[in-house]
Amino acid sequence: MARALITMPRTAKRGDVIEIRTLIAHPMETGYRPGEDGRIRPRDIIRRFSCHYDDGGGIDELVFSAELFPAIAANPLISFSTVATASGTLRFMWEGDNGFAQTERVSISVTA
Amino acid sequence: MNRRLLLTAALGVGTGLVARPAFATADELQAAIATFAGGATMRAGRVNLAVAPLVENGNSVPVTLTVQSPMTAADHVKAIAVFNERNPQREVVVFRLGPRAGRAVVATRIRLATSQQLVAVAQMSDGTFWSHTVDVIVTLAACVEA
Repeated sequence: MARALITMPRTAKRGDVIEIRTLIAHPMETGYRPGEDGRIRPRDIIRRFSCHYDDGGGIDELVFSAELFPAIAANPLISFSTVATASGTLRFMWEGDNGFAQTERVSISVTA
Repeated sequence: MNRRLLLTAALGVGTGLVARPAFATADELQAAIATFAGGATMRAGRVNLAVAPLVENGNSVPVTLTVQSPMTAADHVKAIAVFNERNPQREVVVFRLGPRAGRAVVATRIRLATSQQLVAVAQMSDGTFWSHTVDVIVTLAACVEA
């Protein structure tokens, strides 16, 4: 498991726009760089990031996603925002080369 | 006669080699943008790509993308893409948003192989495309290629 950091408020008022910052430890090897033996190192990147908002009442909606290319720096940082609709769980997924897949969950409590 | 021909040919090949990369990358950039936009017309404005004009370290360059949009179900940003001119690959990132994003502001950190042009393109829910072009100077390049 790669180390992932997610910064977001744990509580919010309904309708608030909350900012979310995610960071995950990953080399994002471009596939264009030679290694110590002079041969090109094979590409190893995270290709997709997504965030789903599960409101706990049966609605699990995709609120944000990103397609990443080798030009994204190592340890990809992605900052975005979403509307706090209801108390529930935000699910963050990173998927990439060599079967890389990681999921993190953060709960949020939303008051009226 | 033979020597002159040879020299002319050599000169032609030489200039061809020197001139090609600049044109090719600019063409590739336009082609990558056209592929993303599906050939739709592009207008300047509404999207802003914020990046330092002088970058010291190309390995990690913070960029912030902001689009002027109310982000409602009827009028929102569907996607924001970033393209570059001189990295090995033209695409940098594509963000997919919707009304649930609340605000069309996203940030990340990118790699820049050399001083070059960056283009941000925003796709709106009404089908229009908007762009913003920025020139950046890089003093230490990212290790993206040999």
